[in-house]
Amino acid sequence: MQVADQRTTTPAPNDTHPPARPARRPWVARLKRDRWLLLFGLPGLLVILTFHYIPLLGNVIAFKDYQPYLGIQESPWNGLANFAVIFNGDPAFLNALGNTLIITALQVVFVFPLPICLALVLNSLLSDRLKRLVQSILYLPHFMSWVIVVAIFQQMLGNAGLISNWLLRNGHDAVHIIGNSDVFKELITAQVIWKDCGWGTILFLAALSHIDIQLYEASGVDGASRWRQLWHVTLPGIRPVIILLLILRLGDILTVGFEQIVLQQQAVGTQVSEVLDTYVYNNGILAGNWGASAAVGLVKGLIGVALVLGANKLAHIFGEKGIYQK
Amino acid sequence: MSASSSAVPPWAGPRRPSPPRRPGAYTGQPPPKLPMRALKGVALAICCLLVVGPFLAVVATSLADAEQVNAAGGLVLWPDNPNLNAYRAILAGGIVTRSIVVSVCITLVGTALSLTFTALLAYSLSRPGSFLSKPMLLTVLFTLLFSPGIIPSYLMVKQLGLLDSYWALILPTMISGFNVIVMRAFFMELPQELIDSARIDGAGELATFVRIVLPLSKAVLAVVGLFYAVGYWNAFFNALLYLNDNAKWPLQLVLRSYVVNSSSLTPEQLDVSSLPPQQSLQMAILVLSLVPIALIYPFIQRHFTKGVLIGAVKG
Repeated sequence: MQVADQRTTTPAPNDTHPPARPARRPWVARLKRDRWLLLFGLPGLLVILTFHYIPLLGNVIAFKDYQPYLGIQESPWNGLANFAVIFNGDPAFLNALGNTLIITALQVVFVFPLPICLALVLNSLLSDRLKRLVQSILYLPHFMSWVIVVAIFQQMLGNAGLISNWLLRNGHDAVHIIGNSDVFKELITAQVIWKDCGWGTILFLAALSHIDIQLYEASGVDGASRWRQLWHVTLPGIRPVIILLLILRLGDILTVGFEQIVLQQQAVGTQVSEVLDTYVYNNGILAGNWGASAAVGLVKGLIGVALVLGANKLAHIFGEKGIYQK
Repeated sequence: MSASSSAVPPWAGPRRPSPPRRPGAYTGQPPPKLPMRALKGVALAICCLLVVGPFLAVVATSLADAEQVNAAGGLVLWPDNPNLNAYRAILAGGIVTRSIVVSVCITLVGTALSLTFTALLAYSLSRPGSFLSKPMLLTVLFTLLFSPGIIPSYLMVKQLGLLDSYWALILPTMISGFNVIVMRAFFMELPQELIDSARIDGAGELATFVRIVLPLSKAVLAVVGLFYAVGYWNAFFNALLYLNDNAKWPLQLVLRSYVVNSSSLTPEQLDVSSLPPQQSLQMAILVLSLVPIALIYPFIQRHFTKGVLIGAVKG
């Protein structure tokens, strides 16, 4: 049986003259003391190492002429040749990059602010029961897979879908939305909104509920209207959360719904729907251009990390907390 | 419920002097004017309808009879003679039944493994000052910042010989760093005195964890369990990537082929002699893929906010 150990006998925190910290135990003793805890963490850690860290090493194939039958180690090095698609501006790659950036821009402009507006409306509801009911309904699509969401959109907006049928029956032309490459980017933006707008309110609602009521009272005494209070109390109150989520979004700037797009790519063609992730998948795993695709994936990952770190630095400069402290 | 649900948890910021809000409570703001309230009501009603409406149409079509579906040329809004023919055909033992069994098994096994090892890892990271816990925590945190990429992940799975194995649907996504952080934060909120007193009473680490910590953590176990279960049930990408053999398809891939891509199901595939309209079949598959989530959702929904918040703020 174990006895109470060092952790449990630390001095009281408000002691004015804390005694000098007891000398650290040698690591063998600590290893022995915590052997059970380490054993607990081991399986989970092994899975993380196997599927998150070791594959990182697999990125070396970006610098190799990877041949599946030779394996990673035996394949010959070829320097930066794989990166030529990026630096020489291979048209397929540029098309994927362009589509990715357009879709990201659409999402930041249309998808990002909507949960904030929705949260503000929900927060201003006087009835708590109504608020919870609406929340329960709007959270639900978040738990549907993309396959389901795409299927439902097809049933509603497709050529033989509910809306087209209704229009035809009433003597109008059918709408042509699903499979129409001209509106594909708008369509997938709408799908993201339908799926995740409600879920996106969760963090904002929590932030809103922690704004001090006294701020509203004080501003009310000073004669502020509801709209003024929104501008000067509510929005500043949730600013840290908004900035946090913007930073996180920035890190994903080159990542736009892989599953969502793969599911619909057949219908509209790659010209409008190819994004970086689908390019890596189509060009690498399906077409077998392993090295070049890995190079694109690697550069994409590095840009993402750099953007998060950079944006976080920027947040610190502007006096916000960002995603982590220095 | 958790022991700490009544107190303001540390992630909620400093304790405010203002009282907590109750239903219809005082918000410090003047109540909005009537036109504004009406506008909000209408807007929210439309939002809810946009979410609920499609589901109702899908369920209605899956229940409708052949004549009505053919007359409508597609979705039906209200089934005149509701029947379960489409479900009977699907569940008769053909390709769809098999994929449902696969998905249910993957979800059950995967969630059990994920929850066990996530809880163990989170607990081992939650004890202050334990050996190597800092580097281990950093190892977990870094996974939130980057992902290895599609191709290296694929090669890893291939090299482990997991292609076309059901384990490829479980192992790569078994531990999510986000969920580990959520659980760790919850464990750290538990009163340390409880753990210390269990220790003094002679309980080892395992007994402390199983008998003291887990019973107090039902809320977080439920939320993280739901996140994992939904992840496994919805897993499409991994199956697409790692399973070439379509006899092994989980439900999501069947959904893609026969609903999204509208390939027709044949009587032989379903092991039946005659078929209801394809539209009803498609919608019945869709409904079956929604059922598990719809069943669990109401029970766990009230714990969402807490789980998500801990993860977002501490991660």
